[in-house]
Formats: sequence, C-alpha cells, structure tokens
Amino acid sequence: MRDAFAQEMTRLAAERTDLALLSGDIGNRMFDRYKQVAPERFFNCGIAEANMMSMAAGMALSGLRPVIYTITPFTTTRCLEQIRVGVAYHQAPVVIVGTGSGLSYAELGPTHHSLEDLAILRTLPGLNVLAPADSTELVAQLREALDAPHPTYIRIGKKGEPPLHSGSNKLGIGKANVLREGSDLLVLGVGPILGEALQAAEAVAAEGVSVAVASLGGVKPLDTAFLEEMAKRFPRWLSLEEHGITGGLGSALLEWLAERVGPAIRLKRLGVPDAFLHELGNQNYTRQALGLDAPGLAQSFLKVKAA
Amino acid sequence: MIAAPPSLISVADLNATALTLRQRLVTTSASAKIPHLGSCLSCVELLVALYWQELSIDPARPEDPGRDRFLLSKCHGAPILFQVLAERGFFPLERLEDFGKAGSVFHEHPPKPGYIPGIEAATGSLGHGLPMALGMAMAARIQQRPTRCYALLSDGECNEGSIWEAALLAASQKVHTLTAIIDFNKWQATGRSQEVMALDPLAAKWEAFGWHAQEIDGHDFEAIEAALASARAETERPSVIVAHTVKGKGVSFMEDDNNWHYRTPNPEELAAALAELEPV
Repeated sequence: MRDAFAQEMTRLAAERTDLALLSGDIGNRMFDRYKQVAPERFFNCGIAEANMMSMAAGMALSGLRPVIYTITPFTTTRCLEQIRVGVAYHQAPVVIVGTGSGLSYAELGPTHHSLEDLAILRTLPGLNVLAPADSTELVAQLREALDAPHPTYIRIGKKGEPPLHSGSNKLGIGKANVLREGSDLLVLGVGPILGEALQAAEAVAAEGVSVAVASLGGVKPLDTAFLEEMAKRFPRWLSLEEHGITGGLGSALLEWLAERVGPAIRLKRLGVPDAFLHELGNQNYTRQALGLDAPGLAQSFLKVKAA
Repeated sequence: MIAAPPSLISVADLNATALTLRQRLVTTSASAKIPHLGSCLSCVELLVALYWQELSIDPARPEDPGRDRFLLSKCHGAPILFQVLAERGFFPLERLEDFGKAGSVFHEHPPKPGYIPGIEAATGSLGHGLPMALGMAMAARIQQRPTRCYALLSDGECNEGSIWEAALLAASQKVHTLTAIIDFNKWQATGRSQEVMALDPLAAKWEAFGWHAQEIDGHDFEAIEAALASARAETERPSVIVAHTVKGKGVSFMEDDNNWHYRTPNPEELAAALAELEPV
C-alpha cells in the first residue's frame, strides 16, 4: 500500500503544482521518483511531528495541498493537538497519511501499534477518517481528499496487502462496497484486514454459513444509505477493524444503530482487546494470537451464527 | 497589489499610536474583564512597528494572497492585537464594543480566520504560531510570492518543544523570509521565565539553532525598525528579534508585576492607569 501511495503521489505531483509532500524522516528511497518530479515540493521535516503538522496547516491556509506521511502513531497521537487546532479547527485541507497502521508493525511493540487512531480522530469535527481496504481504494480516496475543502486522515497498511475490490466498485470517501455477497451474517470492516474476513467467509461457506463482507472505507463519514440497505437485509452484523475494540468502527456503528429507528440489529465487534500487547510477533502472528486471522474470524462467524 | 506600508511615520506619531492603543486596551480590560493585560502592554511597540511600518498589508483586502502574514503566536496578547487591527482599519473600532460579550467573536483568543479581518490563525494554544508561520513562508516560496511571515512569541512560549522543532527546520530549509519576534518580558504565567525553564542566553540559543539573532529594547521604535530592516536584508537564515520588554509597560503599578497576567483593573485602578497614559 505504501508503494501505491508513493506512486500515486508522484503522478499527482506532476498533475498539480499545489501538492506538497511532508515526510517525518521515513520512506527511505520510496519518494525518489516524486523528488525527481517535484524536488521543491518535498520536505523531510525530521523527527518533529508537531512542527510538521502545524507547518502543513500553515501551508494549507496559504493555498497549498500538503500531504503528511509518517508511521501512524507519530502522525496521529504524537501531534494530536496540532491536528485538533491547526488542521481540524482551521479546516486546513491537509491530508494526513498514517502508514503501517494497526498491527503492520506488530513486532516493533506497542509504541508502533496504532489501535486508537480511528477512535480519537473521529471525535474531531470536520476531519474525515478513512481506512481503505486496498491500494485501489486508497488511490481513489487520496484523489478525492485532495479536492475536498476540508482535512482528511487516511490510515494505510505497509506492503503486500492483497487487492480486495473489484473493478466495478465505486470507491471514494464515505462509499461502502460489498466485497462478497452472503445471506446469514454481514461483516462490515475497514482496512486490509478485510482480506482475512474474505478467507474466513470462504471457509465457513463450506459449513453452510453464508457471510457477506463489505468495506466501509473509513469510520467518518459513514455511508448511512448503505447501512440502511444492509439493515433491511441482515439482522446480525459483525464489525471488523485492526484497531482497538474501543471507539473505532464498531463503536461508530453501535452509535448509528442505537439512534436508528427500526428493527434491532445485533452487532458483534471484532478487533483488538482493550490492552497493550507485549508478547510480540509479526502481523500474521499477532492477528492469529488475537483471533483476527482467517481461522480465528471463521470461528467468530460460526459462534455468532450459532448464538 | 498590496499597498506599501505607510512609510516615513515619525517616532512621535508611533509613540502617540502606542499610547492610544494602551488607553483603549486598559479601558476594555476593565469593562470586559479581559486578563493578560501585562502581556498585552509589553508588546504594544512591537505590534505598532509591525503594522504601521513593516507589514505589506492592505486592511481593505485582508485576504489578498500576496499579503505578508503576521501570526500572534503568543495569542493571549489578542486583546491588544484587536485594538491594533481596528486602529489600522481592518474593521470599525465600534466592533470592539462587543468585546467579551456572550456571542461575540472578540474574546481572550481569536477564532480561526474568516471571523475577524486580519486574523491569520487561531493560536490560542502556545507553540503553534511559529510552525504555522513557517509553513506559510515555505508555501510562499513554492508559490514564488514575495510574502514575508512574522510570528510574535512570548518568552514563556519558548518552553514549548514545537518552537524549537520549527527553529531547527526553518534553519535547515533556509527560510529567510521568516522572522520570529520574542516579547521577552521575563515573566510567564506563574514565575520568572528564566527560573521556570533555563531560557538564558536566549538570543545565543537561537543563534546556535542557525538563526540570525538580534537583541533589542522592545519599546524603542528606532531599534525595532533597524532590527526588522536587518532581518529583511538576511538572505540565508531565518531571523529572530529578542525584544527585551517590560511586562505591564506604560502603567507604573502594572510594570513588572505578574499579578497583571490575571487581574483586570477596578475603577480606581483604571482611572490611575489612564492618568498615566495621558499624552505628555
């Protein structure tokens, strides 16, 4: 996903002269081609995220379209006040990209996990909070965000995430898409972890359980028209996010469901428990340990179906 | 095009403007119960020099893309900035009659741009204004505009790490169109700034961070003008002007008394202050 981001940024830098890329001292060689296209619009801002975020706000208030790129915890919670005040309050059209989100850097420890960013950032007025499932969705959202009059946060994975969307899907900000049709349960998810859900859905199909899987593309704004449609079809939902169980997608859906008028929907939240992780391994190991890999998710699907 | 700033204004006229602004400031502070009086009084000359001599701005076109940018990074000085903007013609002075009233946009700190002409950023939280001004200066460089960017900081604000992050990046990027001015009034909210955090030697710190640093008397218009001219002449480094000032300047019983960070004048104190602020 990060390579797709770098490639798209290079294309965008050639297309628009108002684009600037600010990196927090990461992406070694990743942006070499961008730098050939627009050397005067690339800034390694050092390991100084607070300044980088305020600086981007200043640039945006002066008519540029800055994109900030660094590892997710450092471009979110590290400089939260600068996002809140400089970016969100000013409605400075900055695009904040958090790379290696969720458990992408699982083995690097809790400092590098991002399991709170969706929860925290969706409380900020005027900030869209996105989590594309694959590179195609990322590119669509990035392009739309750069034309929007307000700021956007996009959390992405690292590398090797599989393509999940089909060519006919309508991708963008606040646009949900069905990745797999089904009839018993509905999984509503964000981010590349939806690949595990698709595998799990395939596995339980062999046991006669039909699971639909949809990508919401983010937690704010929610595609409420899509949710209404799904509510008519599925009485049982599962939310899925590579994020803490508190405050993220699952919570956003529960808030929407709680205020919705209509037959009750039961929702099971799937995500990382409310704890820091100490026994470390890579992303696959950690997903497995938390029951968030395909076999673990398949177990959850069967349990919800049987309940 | 932005009109050139009013030039050839005499020091006597600048002093007269500063006096008028101090009178209005203490009057408004008393009537609207707006604090931070000491912090406002210490930067009057700096703001007058900027708005009447230095900045390339047109009050009739406050959003002209080619304008210079001034950010009050020490945003608790907003009450004096509002007076400056009104006197400079950004909006009618009568608008300040709403100062501090419920529903008004004029309170202790300004809102984001779009509500009060001339306000470039909502910098109520310290440590944001300089990095935002740096971003604006770098944007102007990309856009090939001659815009200069200025940020007025407090000494207490130099406690914030983001100020020093901005200082390091501005130097590496050689943003010579950026000027920071520090209203060095030696106090922060609850103590002597040098005792809370080791700021001294302040100018040498900025110099060591790669800035063109100057130290001046922040109440001396000729010194301010010369320092701003020297900053303008700099072609490599960002500039900082460490302006030695007196908190509460202009009202004897407020000078260097940090209680006036919080207090507002009662009627007797207002009368005594205004008596001292009469033209000589």
